[in-house]
Amino acid sequence: MTLAHIFIFALLSILVGRLPENRTRSWILFIASLLAVFALQPETSLRQFDFWLPLATIALTVLTWFVVRERSPLVSEDRNSLLAIVAVILAISVARILPRPVITATYPPQIQFVLLALILTAAIVTAVATVRQERSGLMPATIVFIVLLFVVLKSEPLQLGLSRRLRIITGQSPELASRVDLVWLGFSYIAFRLIHTLRDCAARRLQRVSLREYLTYVLFYPALTAGPIDRLERFVVDLRQFQRLTPVRFARGGKRIAIGMLKKFILADSLAILALNEVSAVQVESRLWLWLLLYAFAFQIYLDFSGYTDLAIGIGTWAGIDLPENFERPYLQADIRAFWNRWHITLTEWFRFYVFNPLTRRLRTTRVRLPVWAIICLGQFVTMILIGMWHGIAWHFLLWGLWHGVGLFLHNRWQSIFQKYSPRASALRDHAVWRAIGVFFTYNYVALGWVWFAIPDVDAAFDVLRKLTGM
Amino acid sequence: MARDIDRDAWSWTRITRLLVKTAVLFIVFNLVFAFFDIWPLIGKLSVYNTIVPGRPRLPYGSDPERSYNLTTSQLDVIIASHEIAGEVKTTDEYRILILGDSSVWGFLLQPGETLPAQLDAGAYHMADGRRIRVYNFGYPTMSLTKDLVLLSRGLEYDPDLVVWFFTLESFWRENQIEAPLIQFNPDATRDLIVEFQLDLDPADSRFQPATFWQRTIIGRRRELANAIRLQCYGVMWASTGLDRHIVIPEDRNDRELPNGLDFHGLQPDELEEKQLAFDVLTAGVELAGEVPVVLINEPIYIHAREGSDLFYNAVYPRWAYDTYREWLRVRSEEESWRLLDLWDWLPADSFADSGVHYGAEAASALASFLAESMWETIDD
Repeated sequence: MTLAHIFIFALLSILVGRLPENRTRSWILFIASLLAVFALQPETSLRQFDFWLPLATIALTVLTWFVVRERSPLVSEDRNSLLAIVAVILAISVARILPRPVITATYPPQIQFVLLALILTAAIVTAVATVRQERSGLMPATIVFIVLLFVVLKSEPLQLGLSRRLRIITGQSPELASRVDLVWLGFSYIAFRLIHTLRDCAARRLQRVSLREYLTYVLFYPALTAGPIDRLERFVVDLRQFQRLTPVRFARGGKRIAIGMLKKFILADSLAILALNEVSAVQVESRLWLWLLLYAFAFQIYLDFSGYTDLAIGIGTWAGIDLPENFERPYLQADIRAFWNRWHITLTEWFRFYVFNPLTRRLRTTRVRLPVWAIICLGQFVTMILIGMWHGIAWHFLLWGLWHGVGLFLHNRWQSIFQKYSPRASALRDHAVWRAIGVFFTYNYVALGWVWFAIPDVDAAFDVLRKLTGM
Repeated sequence: MARDIDRDAWSWTRITRLLVKTAVLFIVFNLVFAFFDIWPLIGKLSVYNTIVPGRPRLPYGSDPERSYNLTTSQLDVIIASHEIAGEVKTTDEYRILILGDSSVWGFLLQPGETLPAQLDAGAYHMADGRRIRVYNFGYPTMSLTKDLVLLSRGLEYDPDLVVWFFTLESFWRENQIEAPLIQFNPDATRDLIVEFQLDLDPADSRFQPATFWQRTIIGRRRELANAIRLQCYGVMWASTGLDRHIVIPEDRNDRELPNGLDFHGLQPDELEEKQLAFDVLTAGVELAGEVPVVLINEPIYIHAREGSDLFYNAVYPRWAYDTYREWLRVRSEEESWRLLDLWDWLPADSFADSGVHYGAEAASALASFLAESMWETIDD
């Protein structure tokens, strides 16, 4: 999100928030979110993919809605929503006649190609809707498809392979394929929202939502770039119960936007100059400076990410949608578990809900009786490694996940032993000095973990850790 | 956070009042900033020489993320980041300020490899026991006027000797106001033009004087951002000791010699002395006053290829450079300047990408030579 995007979104949210009735508001939010998918998508070196990728996002979301919806004929509202989607896409593609691109970063493709893509999507959606009527394994198949797509986009060799093939289709040189060819805006978040609805639908927990509500939830413009990953049932409550923009909501949203801008555009962007990276890690000789650069990285990543969340929450508040918190003073937590309860909260909750809980439940009911500590250990390691891989399928992200898995497991064991042998443990734990020590150790453990994040080369990361710890 | 706000009694009237107050305050701050021209004062605030060590040469760099350096034309900002701004001169210090272009600044060199740095590292002493400290005040771009402006600021740090490197191109009158450092500091330059009655136009259209609106916070936003970024890069400079990302240059000395014999469009015998800015050199020596100035015609690349009977290198035809040297010699004798003409002192293989950029070994050799000859010059 650039400053221009923030300004436009904020203005739009104010206008939406001041509307007298909910129906118009929810339609505007829907259309604005569709447009935002195209507007926020950066230019890619693959020709016209700044149009095709957003189109694919919308197609995938519509398709998933058809998978999760109840088996009943389409109501007029859903038909109208489909028409609106087609109208928005055609309007964007027609904009190619204008002297310069308006919504997309480059000129959209010719309209006949867009029509062809829409017909193809309609055919797939119709097929899905038909198969869905016959109760097939469509839901798991959709999850597998999204996960596979996610894996391809997050894995460098697979992404390059896909990029080479796409370059052949677009008539571009496959030799020039690179990672930046397929920068698919917000896909990590969109995929997880879609999987959440698919899993909840499979567990018969998903409430019925219209196509418009579903698309607005998945593509809600403030949360498209960097989350948070809201839950559908919570989002829909806000969407249906119109919270008009009151002075209190305006002040609350404004404060969050101001804080977000300060965090992202002033603090994080300044710290980015100092933050540890592959080059500076080799250049810095002194251990003290290296720690400073690592701390700069730790704060940069926090301020950048939480700044975006503040912006999303602030803009959402103005539009009448209370997005969930994603960060709550994570670096001031006295243990690693508390850190993970306050760092990227919505992602952690997603994994807890869909990975950790089902996995540990399954492990408890296996024929081979595993000890509790082993179940926790396995659950935490798998969850944290997957959280690491969510950022990218690479060894350094795996090690980052493992680092936190080890931390969580050790903390769990420590807590259990401590409570067993010290009845006054809880009183001691609340003591200010004990807490300060906890904050210090937790922060530094997390900071050391960022080395894996900042330095993709595993050997180089080990060297930095050795340099930092003097080992 | 939200709870605190919810507790307050917010109304649209209060919000409007708040927004109006904020806007008014912002406008007032901008007007005060512009009216009192606060920018030079802010420019002097620096993390250098306080939180992080000062830079041994003025900030200059086109690849900030790799060189931990950036180019900004804000004189106050760049001088505040220099180590000289943090060094209190003691009685046992003999302070030398070296002026010049990119060859003195050390375009292809890390900060410790430059000519001034190697002179300083020699830990030389004066006969009276004072430790000789050498400061690099060179700055890329060839313009004696740019050097003069830097000299006027450098003199504030009480040097005992000024060493001024230049070459023919530094004298070319058209070059004098080409440097952005000159164009964006018009007041400093104009004062010198007027004071020394230089043959330069104080109303030259290349000067970029800031209008009232450009002096506001909004108008200065890019300068402010650059100043802040330069402070941040200070941490990286301090932690790595690097201030330049050196790319192995293409050997431009190898390029074809020009077809014609012209120099800046002038044919032999068309060059007039007034086209070279000797008046600026005179002004510099005059400005230095009691402080002795050693003038050095810096070494240039002299090739030995076909056509070398007509050209010294791709930039200098022999006739132009010889004429310049002769004028320089005559002027020096007339004005009793201390001149070292080192134009052919370095062998051709010392140079890399241009006619004046030499490597670390050449800088070292030159430093050793200067250490001997310069003290003799001073003693004379």
